Amino acid sequence: MTTRRTNLTPYLLVAPALVFMAIFFAYPMVEAFGLAFRDNDTGALTLSYFQKMVSDVQFQPALTTTLLLIVILIPIQFAVALAMALLVNAKLKGASLFLYIYAIPLAVSELAAGIVWFNIFTNNGFLNSLLVQSGLIERPFLFLSYQNQGWLILAVVLAEAWRATSIIMVILVSGLQSIPSDYLEAAEVFGADQFRKITKVILPLLRPSLQVALILRTILAFQVFGVALAVAGTGISLLAGEAYKWYYTIRNPNVAAAYASVILILSIASTVVFLVGLRSKNGEAL
Amino acid sequence: MAEIQLNHIIKSYGKARATNDVSLTIKDKEFMVLLGPSGCGKTTLLRAIAGLEAIDSGTVTIGGRDVTNVPPRFRDIAMVFQSYAVFPHLTVWDNIAFGLRMKKLPDTEVKKRVEMSAEMLRITDYLQRFPAQLSGGQRQRVAVARALAMPSGVLLMGEPLSNLDALLRLDMRAELKKLLRDAGATTVYVTHDQVEALSLGDRIAVMKQGVILQCDSPLRVYDHPVDKFVGGFIGNPPMNFLRAAGLAAIGLIAPPGYDLVGIRAENLDSFTSPMSGALEASILVVEPLGSHNLITAKVGDEFIKVNTRAELMPEPGSKLWLKPMPDKVRWLK
Ligand SMILES: Nc1ncnc2c1ncn2[C@@H]1O[C@H](COP(=O)(O)OP(=O)(O)OP(=O)(O)O)[C@@H](O)[C@H]1O
Ligand SMILES: [Mg+2]
Repeated sequence: MTTRRTNLTPYLLVAPALVFMAIFFAYPMVEAFGLAFRDNDTGALTLSYFQKMVSDVQFQPALTTTLLLIVILIPIQFAVALAMALLVNAKLKGASLFLYIYAIPLAVSELAAGIVWFNIFTNNGFLNSLLVQSGLIERPFLFLSYQNQGWLILAVVLAEAWRATSIIMVILVSGLQSIPSDYLEAAEVFGADQFRKITKVILPLLRPSLQVALILRTILAFQVFGVALAVAGTGISLLAGEAYKWYYTIRNPNVAAAYASVILILSIASTVVFLVGLRSKNGEAL
Repeated sequence: MAEIQLNHIIKSYGKARATNDVSLTIKDKEFMVLLGPSGCGKTTLLRAIAGLEAIDSGTVTIGGRDVTNVPPRFRDIAMVFQSYAVFPHLTVWDNIAFGLRMKKLPDTEVKKRVEMSAEMLRITDYLQRFPAQLSGGQRQRVAVARALAMPSGVLLMGEPLSNLDALLRLDMRAELKKLLRDAGATTVYVTHDQVEALSLGDRIAVMKQGVILQCDSPLRVYDHPVDKFVGGFIGNPPMNFLRAAGLAAIGLIAPPGYDLVGIRAENLDSFTSPMSGALEASILVVEPLGSHNLITAKVGDEFIKVNTRAELMPEPGSKLWLKPMPDKVRWLK
């Protein structure tokens, strides 16, 4: 009897979180799928909204641009975040001050971050003024034009990287700090130089943190919206932006829900990929 | 040749000196034990030899080469950590091979050394396992195997046995002694367990508050402690200390300047009747230990511990006459 009672405790402890998740995540999720795959009038299962989404001219570009954005953004962010995290963790003077300064963009809203970078790249923005004044170019260059998809994406990447790299860094710094210094000292004594210390010891031991950060970051990248809106307006289309457009501008919640379902499925798929691809071989969480 | 020379090593943390001007020469292939109570600076000294701790002043030479400013990986050392520090993400095989691969040894040589050292520590069956799948004792063997696999002349060991249970510790101690003698590396071994120090060391450096009080062979340290601290720290029970003046009555006259006498529990002959040259003691506690009895008694107002034959089983409260063996009496300041 006593064992039964103690076995209940963990479930009781996670129950509030579960209820919260059920009400605010699972239920809307099911609703969204319902909107996307159920006929509005008859309630029968249908693929018509989904087909409408796929046949829309903006769907293909939105999907490609979202994936492209992720493929470019994530490696950049991780390279920068890892370098920063290692620097912070090296406990140089002023490292923690740097950490705080670097984390400030975390507190800036997506939209505000987008506007900052819009002001840099726009026609009379900082970048153009700088280039013109220094005589490198004659007239302002139209970075953020519909014709310059490359520049548009780059601007969104920069804005998003500036805004959201520090969250990765914070995760990695806490991961680094949880690595016992003995492992690093053992690596040093047994002949590892700085580079191999990182590749052979730190990165493998950082795997759980990297996994969390990758999942978090990728899911959030599928939802990039405000930044893109502010920087590029309707210049580039992304999945989340399309969902918004179908909901508020075209006022078709069903197709909007279909977009949301695509984002959700892609998020789940990438999460599974990271969970499986980065799972521990030794069954130990360190 | 891997003689280690420590010259005037000073390392401070804030105002406190963890090692206060320590000089020590450890001969090639010698087994040196650093012994002392918690916080006396043993680990600091070991880490200074390894290069893991930057020292404030002094020099470290290994094999005649000044390595004071040389990073650990160029010092030609291997180390066993107290926490073992066996990499959790690598198999036992890869753990042992780690240092050899870093040194870019050819694969055949790596394989040979890994297998040899795994065999020595009897962990061949676990080579493909991860550390999480090993017991503490097995993990400790991996840590030792990883160090012994290295072709380095210096082996540093920081309390490697302290996390093992008592029985395993006893086994491992004997095994280590043989392994390390065969390995023939210059070894520096940190412990606060005086039995370990006595049983393993060629020499023991007894430390206290950042300085080495005495550095001698185990027998010498045990038999001729330089002061009350060393005598009291080494041996179980600790050495007895009596005021020298009290011994004049039995004909033991202290040399000028010495006011303390040290005598070990096994160096007192005990008699149940008065005896010339013996101190009268009243028995407080009798502890039978199988091979002998340990008696705690009072001589005047001073406590004394005596080993007696197992057959001698006096009652507490009765009298005992204790006669110090003259050549075992140590005069101290
Ligand atoms: N990183 C540190 N920062 C501040 N003080 C330290 C640090 N490391 C050691 N000390 C101090 O230096 C002194 C010597 O420490 P050390 O670790 O060498 O002792 P030890 O002899 O190894 O003790 P133990 O047997 O408990 O391991 C201690 O007083 C300790 O408090
Ligand atoms: Mg220590």
